[in-house]
Parts: sequence; C-alpha cells; structure tokens
Amino acid sequence: MTTVVIVGAGLGGLRAAESLRANGFVGEITVIGDEPHMPYNRPPLSKEALKSGLDMSTLEFRRKASVADVTWQLGSAVVACDLSARTITLADGSIVGFDALVAASGIRPRDFNIPGPRNGRHFLRAAADAHALREQLVPGARIVILGSGFIGCEVAATARQLGCEVDIVTLDPVPMYRPLGTILGAGMQAHHEEHGVRFHFGRSITEFTGHDRVTGAVLDDDSSLEADVVLEAVGSVPNTQWLAGNNIDLSDGILTDSSLRVVGSPAPFVAVGDVARYENALFPGVARRIEHWNLPTDTGKRAGATLATLLTGGQPDQTPFAPMPSFWSDQYHCKVQSFGLPGIADEIVIVGGEPSGECVAEYRRDGALVGVIGINSTSALVPYRTALMAG
Amino acid sequence: MSIKIDVDMTKCQHYGQCCFEAPTVFELDADGKLNVLTHEVDEDMREAVEAAADVCPMQAITLTDI
Repeated sequence: MTTVVIVGAGLGGLRAAESLRANGFVGEITVIGDEPHMPYNRPPLSKEALKSGLDMSTLEFRRKASVADVTWQLGSAVVACDLSARTITLADGSIVGFDALVAASGIRPRDFNIPGPRNGRHFLRAAADAHALREQLVPGARIVILGSGFIGCEVAATARQLGCEVDIVTLDPVPMYRPLGTILGAGMQAHHEEHGVRFHFGRSITEFTGHDRVTGAVLDDDSSLEADVVLEAVGSVPNTQWLAGNNIDLSDGILTDSSLRVVGSPAPFVAVGDVARYENALFPGVARRIEHWNLPTDTGKRAGATLATLLTGGQPDQTPFAPMPSFWSDQYHCKVQSFGLPGIADEIVIVGGEPSGECVAEYRRDGALVGVIGINSTSALVPYRTALMAG
Repeated sequence: MSIKIDVDMTKCQHYGQCCFEAPTVFELDADGKLNVLTHEVDEDMREAVEAAADVCPMQAITLTDI
C-alpha cells in the first residue's frame, strides 16, 4: 500500500493529513512528531494557558473523522532523510520508508548560546516549555525577557498579570518593530509601560550571571539586571537539519513551488507551515517563509491536494497560491490584528484613531496597499482584507 | 444530512476569521461582535463551515452531523 509520512505533528501536519483524505488518498498515513502530544494550538502558550494552566485536552485540535485511521508516532524525532532512497531515520536509529513525504517540521526558538548558567533560562515553543516557564512566574519573581517580538511581549503581559517584575531587553527601537513599525510599536510600548514593563531598547545581553542558576543579565552597555527567570525570545529557526545532504534549497526553510511541491526533490515531497518557503501570488516576486498561524491550514490543504494528485499520476493544480497572511496578538486589553504583509511596507499611514488606543493603520509599499493592522478595530479591517485579496 | 453549528462564546474572541470562510453563517456586527446567523446548514455548506471551524484561532466552533 502507498505510504505517506508526515514529519511534524503540529497544525500543518494535521491539516495535510486531512487534506490527503479529502482529496481521495486512501493509503497509509503516518505522522511522526517529536513532542508527546497530538496536534495542539500553540498561541495560548504565551497567553491564557501560561496564565491559568495548561490543559492539553482543550489545547488539542479537533481532528476530522477522516483521519481516524492515521498512525501517530509521537515522541519520535526525525534526524535524517534520504529522498532518493525514500527513507527517514529516527533518533533511535530506526529507518522508516515512504512513497511520499510531507515536511511539517516547523521552527524552533533561536539560541544565541549566550554565556552563563543554563538553569533558569527558558525558551517558549512547546507545551513543555510553557509548563516549565509557568512554574517560575510566581508573584514578585523578576523576569528578564530578551526580545520584544510577539512572544516576548505576550509573555510580558501575562507575567505582569501574574504579579511578576518584567524587564525587556531588545535591539529594536520599539516593541514588535518588524511587524508593526515605529508608530504602532510605540503605541503598544505605552500600553506595556502603563502596566509596569521596563524596556531596554537598543541593547543586547552579553552574559548571564549566577553559578548553579541564573541570577542576572549583563547588557552590552555593562549595566546589569537582576533576574529570577529569563525568557529568550529572539526569533526562530526552521527545522530543516534532518533534510541536509539532499541537494534541495534549505537556505531559509524548504523552497517549494506554488503547489507546495519541494523544488528539486526526486521523491514526491511537499512542505507546509512555518518551514515552507514559497511565492504568494498576493505578494509576487519573492519566495517567503511566513510564520503566521493561519498558514499551516492554508498550506496544508493545498499541499495535501498536490500530493494526492501526484500519487495518482496527475499533474498538481498550477493555479497561483494566494493565501491571505493574518496574525493577531492579545496583550492586556489590546487585540492587535493584521492582514497582508505589513512588514514589507515602506510607508505607514494611520487612517483612524490613536496608536495608543483603538486605531487602524495602512501599510503601503511603492504606494500600494500591502497590509493593514488594527488595534481593537476588527470590524474596520474587513474592507481592507477584501482589497488585499483583490490585489 | 444537515450540520449543526455551535460557537462557544466563552472562547470566541471575535477575530472574525470565520466570517471570511462562511459569510452567510457568521458576521461581525458594527461593534466587532460575532453574530451566528444560522445554527444549522445543509450538506452543500460543509466545505465552507469546516473551513470556518479550521481557521478559528480560539477553536471555538464545533460542527455536528445531524
């Protein structure tokens, strides 16, 4: 029987499996995941689950009935792959064969290997990470957060709500600088500062102090901060190391064509979610890897259709792939929501409201709308999404 | 067969993603609050309401075959 192996048991892996079934694939599907959990929703890990506790039964995605016969091989890391031989190697040395492959291996937090003790330093990606961090966020605990992206800012907001002292160290001039830009970033900075978060902009951490456990951080201006717990949240790295040696483009994630088929693979092979780099027809000319929550679903559906077609000898749909990138973030009483790619804009125009309150901002590149961000303005974004979809 | 649509309003954060997938079932009102326009649809709406349930960031939408 034809076997599809899906590497990665997150949202993208789940959606790819569901799509294979929806597109008529009746062979075997095995999903291999390095975490011990069925696919679950990660965004709450920096917000309500960090605040109120992790209940995996509510975090797990509901799975469609069509994937009831899928084999889930959890707690198994994939360490190598031979696309010509059509095999993957697991961490325990066992080898698994496949007829077709899906890469849904996601990303991991970037580790700068800053000198100092490891104990007390955290990253946040998996449920186990959130569980470990949560145990440290007791009232009065001093947390130093390196990085002011979404995860750093969301954890800062949660930590303040839990009664912790929060310092954020970032090279950027405002929080969430890359996605939001200066104006909305400054607006969100005001919310954080109202809630008692201290920012150290334009700074990095050169070392952590302490013997058995971290007790502080030394910044690059030789100032220092005391810390009971540290979160390192400076970007992420795509998990592609298991594909090394296959002569495919892994320069930033896995390069695919617009049907999510991996370019240059000798075996039927698609990539989905955070690890896939592809050209979006809404923002043409550049293949991008985008880590927004909605894209594992969009890419998983398309990739499943592609693979099901390839396995029956057909030609995949070559219709341009044009999913609408979208992100959201909850911090305090602020709901930040985006459509498009605001990060590629060269001009930001506030079209309504105030950046420190409710507002809508248009993001333009060469004069054309490429994105929109609203703070507590969901309804006002709807016509912008429609305009962005129309291109 | 019909499909029953339940939205857990204790989970819903009114992101409105469902409205784009199934605009005849879900809409945001002027205040940005989600309205569920119908709680039961026919089979021909399956793809749309499944897509709406899939894209809900809070996973607040439950579909049941009835």
